[in-house]
Formats: sequence, structure tokens, C-alpha cells
Amino acid sequence: MALLEVQNLVLSFAGLEVIRELGFSVEQGTIASLIGPNGAGKTSVFNCLTGFYRPDSGRIHFNDHSILRLKPHKITQAGMARTFQNLRLFKSMTVLENVMSGMHCRTSTGVLGSIFHTPSQQREEELIRRVSEECLAFVGLLDKKDRHAGNLPYGDQRRVEWARALATKPKLLLLDEPAAGLNHDEKQELIELILHIRKELGITILLIEHDMGLVMKVSEKITVIDYGKKIAEGTAVEVQSNPKVIEAYLGSEDEEDLL
Amino acid sequence: MSPSADTSVVTDGINWLQHQRNRMIVLMVMAAVAMVIPLVANNYMLEVLTNAWFYTILCLGLNIVVGYAGLLDLGYAAFFAVGAYTTGILTSQFGINFWLTIPAAVLCSMLAGIIIGGPTLRLRSDYLAIVTLGFGEIVRIIARNLEITGGASGLIGIDRPSFFGIELSQGIHFYYVFLLLAIFACFVSYRLQNSRLGRAWQYVREDEDAAEAMGINRVGVKLYAYVIGAMFGGVAGSFFAVKMTAISPETFTFAQSVLILLGVVLGGMGKIPGVIVGAFALVLFPEIFRGLGSMRMLIFAIVMLIIMLYRPEGIWPRKQS
Amino acid sequence: MSTLDIILQQLANGLILGSFYALVALGYTMVYGIIKLLNFAHGDLYMVGGFVGFLILSAISGLLGESWAAIVCSMVLSMLAVGLLGVIIQRVAYRPMLQAPRLSILITALAVSMILSNGVMAITDGEYLAFNTDLSFDGLDFGNVFISYTQLALVVSASLLMVILYLFVNKTLYGKAMRAIAIDQDACKLMGINVNRIIAMTFFIGSSLAAAAGVMAGVYYGSLHFSMGFVIGLKAFTAAVIGGIGSIPGAMLGGLVLGLLEAFGTQIPFVGSEWKDVFSFGLLILLLILKPTGILGKTEIERM
Repeated sequence: MALLEVQNLVLSFAGLEVIRELGFSVEQGTIASLIGPNGAGKTSVFNCLTGFYRPDSGRIHFNDHSILRLKPHKITQAGMARTFQNLRLFKSMTVLENVMSGMHCRTSTGVLGSIFHTPSQQREEELIRRVSEECLAFVGLLDKKDRHAGNLPYGDQRRVEWARALATKPKLLLLDEPAAGLNHDEKQELIELILHIRKELGITILLIEHDMGLVMKVSEKITVIDYGKKIAEGTAVEVQSNPKVIEAYLGSEDEEDLL
Repeated sequence: MSPSADTSVVTDGINWLQHQRNRMIVLMVMAAVAMVIPLVANNYMLEVLTNAWFYTILCLGLNIVVGYAGLLDLGYAAFFAVGAYTTGILTSQFGINFWLTIPAAVLCSMLAGIIIGGPTLRLRSDYLAIVTLGFGEIVRIIARNLEITGGASGLIGIDRPSFFGIELSQGIHFYYVFLLLAIFACFVSYRLQNSRLGRAWQYVREDEDAAEAMGINRVGVKLYAYVIGAMFGGVAGSFFAVKMTAISPETFTFAQSVLILLGVVLGGMGKIPGVIVGAFALVLFPEIFRGLGSMRMLIFAIVMLIIMLYRPEGIWPRKQS
Repeated sequence: MSTLDIILQQLANGLILGSFYALVALGYTMVYGIIKLLNFAHGDLYMVGGFVGFLILSAISGLLGESWAAIVCSMVLSMLAVGLLGVIIQRVAYRPMLQAPRLSILITALAVSMILSNGVMAITDGEYLAFNTDLSFDGLDFGNVFISYTQLALVVSASLLMVILYLFVNKTLYGKAMRAIAIDQDACKLMGINVNRIIAMTFFIGSSLAAAAGVMAGVYYGSLHFSMGFVIGLKAFTAAVIGGIGSIPGAMLGGLVLGLLEAFGTQIPFVGSEWKDVFSFGLLILLLILKPTGILGKTEIERM
């Protein structure tokens, strides 16, 4: 049984279908990718998976449960964490505080506990801090934990987002264009980090990416979509040689003639 | 009025205050001063200071909603009204002991918070502001028109409570009552601010979507802020009723809500010392400039505009990082 | 009076009330559409408009008396003055805040609203001002239904203003620019549209429509008070939401719907007029919860 299974997903905005009858699955312990040209609907798929958009119809099963009509925070609680295409850090807070947000859904201290500092509250605060520091150490940012997130260089901000997502203790990590804006060396580090997350933490990964090189290097299974439809699926080699994929990315022969 | 214009003395002072131990010393000294002031103050001063502590409680309550959770509430006086009327009605019409009405007041204001907040907190912030404004007006109009609330003239003859046999009737008694309540309100605010819930408010305030993606129930944590804020208002209202012994709907107008909001904005949203300074400014300013009369609100409004334009973080200096 | 008479009479009353609401709602909707700001001060501009109109009318009454000509003249001048005031408010208070958090700009708008209403309160000492006109009390008499010429004239001029606005927004280049900015401000900047100027113009138009409604209300009710902007502000906002905020035809429609609802609402037995505002605010709250996009508003991408 796949960890994530999507079937017949349909999403439309004001009558315009953005995702059409899309189906794909992600097996436990794999690194899968969702690729496609600009405007193919990749981020919309992510937003459906994470509960930010409400799909018109279809099935989304995660860990054997339907998450189709769940709210985003419930989905995160169920074990799916995401990063954003454009960084969405809590900029005026410290790096550590940012990462601590991930532990919110794994803890439960309420109002009275907070006011009276009950023993369980103190234990929980300690746990939140420890797990968050571990996540920061994992992405290599522990020494910057007290800096304001908004003041970090771009590459580091990305890492904060990763640490924050890891702090929710996910089973599946969704990465929305993780390589966007990174230089060549940073991309190499990114590849290592992705592989490291799976190996060390056993987290399954689904990424959306433009950078074909990166996708080819890390993913075991690639799903290609265009105009919201799946046009190909398979390993890097299979997908690369698929004429439909080449057409979607490069345009058809006829169009090229016109140019 | 940029931060760079702060004199170095102020900056140094603030840095010094960053240390936990130093801050405790300052707090102790201030608490001691507040405790002994009644021994030297005359009745008028005592009345004004009592009023300042009273507004401190209200402003700290609204600060949880506006400062911590970032929700604009333009009907906060409604919760204050719910608390005051609950105590007023229960003591004067049902003869219930004042102290027993406090839990009832807390419960009623909580309920009011849930009823209005539950369905509306998912709305956009500007819609929420209008809804709270409408709610505030509805509560006031209802109080004006019901028999049990005494209609337009309100409730009179609310009994003064007694405390271990002493009837709380003199100014000095209420000074201490409101001082203790204000200290308690500070304590609760401080603890909440630095808790899991306090952080969740800050996440939601900074970026709702990201907070939600991190597994935080956006509407849920906002509702917590709203209901806790309502409880502060309810308790303050409850004590207000017995201090004044009479309440009328005209105490709980939109202008009252704006005044409390002004206290929060003036000192600095989300900062406890700032909010206290704001509440004191609110009360002391009209007392010092008595000749202003009807210009009072106008001047307050102009100050509020200037603060928003030039120093949105309020008069209390921001933390140095 | 027969039931039919009551219906007709309330229909007439509702139309008059509705055209006031519609004029004020237009300003809310235009400003909201273009910069996504809920302009709390808008109701107060209506109030200021009434007072400015009164001042001008008193100043020129020696010349023109208090006839229709004088009223029209003072209404136009009041529209210009308040329109300018709207632009100044936009320039001084709102423009620096456009990038700030939403909470800040809402509080700023609230401060502006308080400055206007308390400013007028300080000037007038909180007194009611009688808005005297020597218009005749004649009108069209249909047996039990009576519509005065004043009422008729008010509805006609309100409709005229709305038709002009509609043509302006839909048929001129400026109107096109306004609609374009509402959709994508950055793209407009890239296309060389002077965005700040168009925003200022929107404030001018919205504010002057509120002023027109203020002068009309002065003529209709015969008195002015500094607090008159508060309730109408809320109601016009309700009207804008009923129609779908951001939509100009929606604001007109919403105004009429709310006016008619209120007029017929007074006919509901057992509900005293003291509950009228509870009824309106309750309606607003329900509407915001159940159908925040209104009748003609665009549905946004549905978020869970």
C-alpha cells in the first residue's frame, strides 16, 4: 500500500480546470517528484494535498486515511509537512522560534498549564526546545538559532523552512521547488540533504521541481504533468525519452517551425 | 521619532532591562511604590490611580486579542459590559453574594466570546473588525432595551461586597483590589506570551498560511485569544459594577472600545509594559489637561494617527536584538 | 390604508433610504476594490459632506435663497471640497501604510474616522444643526400614498450620479485604469499607469459621492449631527457587502436592497423601532458569516 495515493483529482477555479483527473502514488520510503512546465498545476496539486485548496472531486489517501476534506493543520498532524515555493518564514522571530512552530501539533499544553507552569508544561517546553535544536542541527543551522530568521541569507532561510517542516515529525515531506534560487554548490548540498533526510530519518519525500538535473539525480519515480494532466510517469530515464514530455517542455515541432 | 533618535541613555537603560534579574528588581521597586502610594495620596489621586489600574486590566485583556493574536476588536466594551451586567443583575436582583457572581461573570463573558468569535474568526481581518463593532453595538442596544438590565437608566444600588467582614467601600479598598487584579493580569499575560499558545498567536499573526501548514489550528488559537481577552473584560466589568454601585449602557459605547484600543496602540501592541504605560496615559492625560473637555477624544485620535504613521510599535521602545 | 398602499408607501420610502445607502456604499466598494482597504472614515466623510453643504448653503442663501438652485450649488461645492478631503486623507494617512500589516492600516483608518467625527463634534459643540430649506411640501398624492417632490428629486439626483459614475467607470480610459488596478496593481505600474493618481481619483469620487449623500440627507431630514456618519457608515458597508464588496453595480443594488429591507422591516409587528439597529447589525453579521461575497461579488479561490 502506497503512503500517498491520489486518484481522479479534479480542481477548478471559476470553471477553469487546473487539475484534471490526476492520479499518482508515492511509495513508503521513496523520493518521488512531480514535474511539469510552468503553469502545469504543480503547486495546485500541493495545495490540494495539504488542504489549502478544496478539490472538486477525487480521492487523496494518506497513510490509509482519506485526507480529502481535512483542514491544513489536521493534515500536518496526520504526518504530512510542506515547504513553500516562496519562503514563508516568521521573519521577525528567531530561527529557533521558527522551528519550534513545528512541534506545536505534537504537544498539548493548554491555557492553565501555560499560566501556572505545571510540571508537564515544563517537560513539554523542554521537549519542544530539544527537538527543535535537533532539527536545526540536522540542517546545520544550530549555531544561528538565536538570529532573526528574516536576517539570514537566502540559502539559510530555506534550511530554516526545512528544519521547521522536520520538527512536525512528518512521514511525508513535500518540497515545493527546493532548488529555486540556489547556486550550483548549494544545489549539491541540497541533494545530499534530501538523501540524508530519507536515510537518517526515514522520511518519504515528494518534490516539485523545475531543475531537471536535480530531479533526475534524486528521484526514483517521476510524474510529469502538463495542463493539470498526467502525461508520463516512470524513472528518470523513461521519462526523459518520452516524446510527450519532450513536447511539453520544448513545444511541438510545428511550434518550433513557427519560431 | 525613529529608534536611532532614542538617546543613548534610553538605549542603555533598555539594554540593562534585558537582564532578567535587573528587570525583577525594577518590577519589585515599582510594585512597592504602587503598594505604598495610598499612604501619601489624597482621595482624588487615589481615584485617578484606581481608574488607571482598571484600564490596565482592560487594555491587557484587549492586548491579548489585538497585540498577541493580531485581531482588530472594535467591540471590546461588550465583554466588559457582560461582566458588569452579570454581577449587577445577580447581586441587585437575585441577592447573590458578589464573590459568587465572579465565576458567573467569567462564564458569561467567555460564552459571549465563543458565540461571537466562533463563527467569525475565520473571516478576513477587516470583516472581523466590523463584526466586532456590530456586536458591541448590539450588546449595548440590548442592555438599553431590556427590563432586566434596567433599560436606558441602567442598574443602580449594586451592593458593595465585603471581604472577611470588611465592607469594601472606601477608595483605598478599591485601589488595592484593582492593583492586585492588574498585577494578576500582568502575570497571566506574561506567562501566556511566553508559552506554546503565545508563540502560536505570534505565528498566526505573522503568516496565517505558514502557521497552518505547521499544524496550528488558525481559528482555534484565535478563539483562545478572543475568549481569554473576553474573560479579562468580564472580570474587570464585574469589579467595576461593585465599585461604581451603578452601571448604565452609555458606559459601554463604541467610544469606550476605541479608548481601550487606543491604550493598547499607544503604549505598544503586544508589549506588557507598553500597554500599562498606554492605560496610564489614557487616564492621566485628561486629568492633567482638564480644560480640554470635548477635545479629549479628538486629541487621542490625532495621537493614535501619529503613532500609527510614525511609530507603529508604540511609545515603549522595541527590544534590541 | 390597504395593504397595497402600505407596500407602495414603504417601497417609496425604501427607495429613498436605499439611494442614500447606495451612494455611500459606492465609496466603500470603490476604495475596497482598488486598495483592499476598509475605509472606516467613509461614513464620516458623509457627515462632513452634510456640514460643508450646510455651510455653503448658509453662505450663498443671501444670493440664491434656499431654493433648489442653491441646494444643487452647495451640493456640488460640498462634493468638491469633501472629494479633496478624501484625497488628502488618502495621501497623508493611507498611502504610507499600504505596505504595513493590515492591522495597522485598519487602526489608521479608525483614527481618521475618530478625528473627523470628534473634530466636527468639537466645532459644533455636539449640538444638532437645523438644515433649513424653503422647499415646498407638495408632492404627488395617490390617495393614501404620498411622495413629496423633494423625495422625488433626491432619488432622481442620486440615480443621476450613479449613472454618471457607471458611464465614467465603464466608458472612459480612467475608469478602465481603475478597474485594471483593482485586478493587478503591479502590472499596471509596468504598463505605465500612474497608479497613485488613479487611487487618489478613486478616493475623490468615492468621497464626493458620500458628500452628495450627506447634503441630501441634510435636506431630507432637516438636521445634522456629528454622529450621523457612524450608523450610516455601518449600514452602507452592509449594503456594499450585500451587493458584493468591490463591485460597483453591487453597491447600488445592495443599497436598494437594504433600504427596502429596512422600510419593510418597520412593518413587522411586535418589533419596536429601538430594535431596528440590532436587526441591521445582526443582518450584517449573518451575511458576513454566511455569504461574504455578496450577490454580485466575485468568488475567491475556495480555501478550507
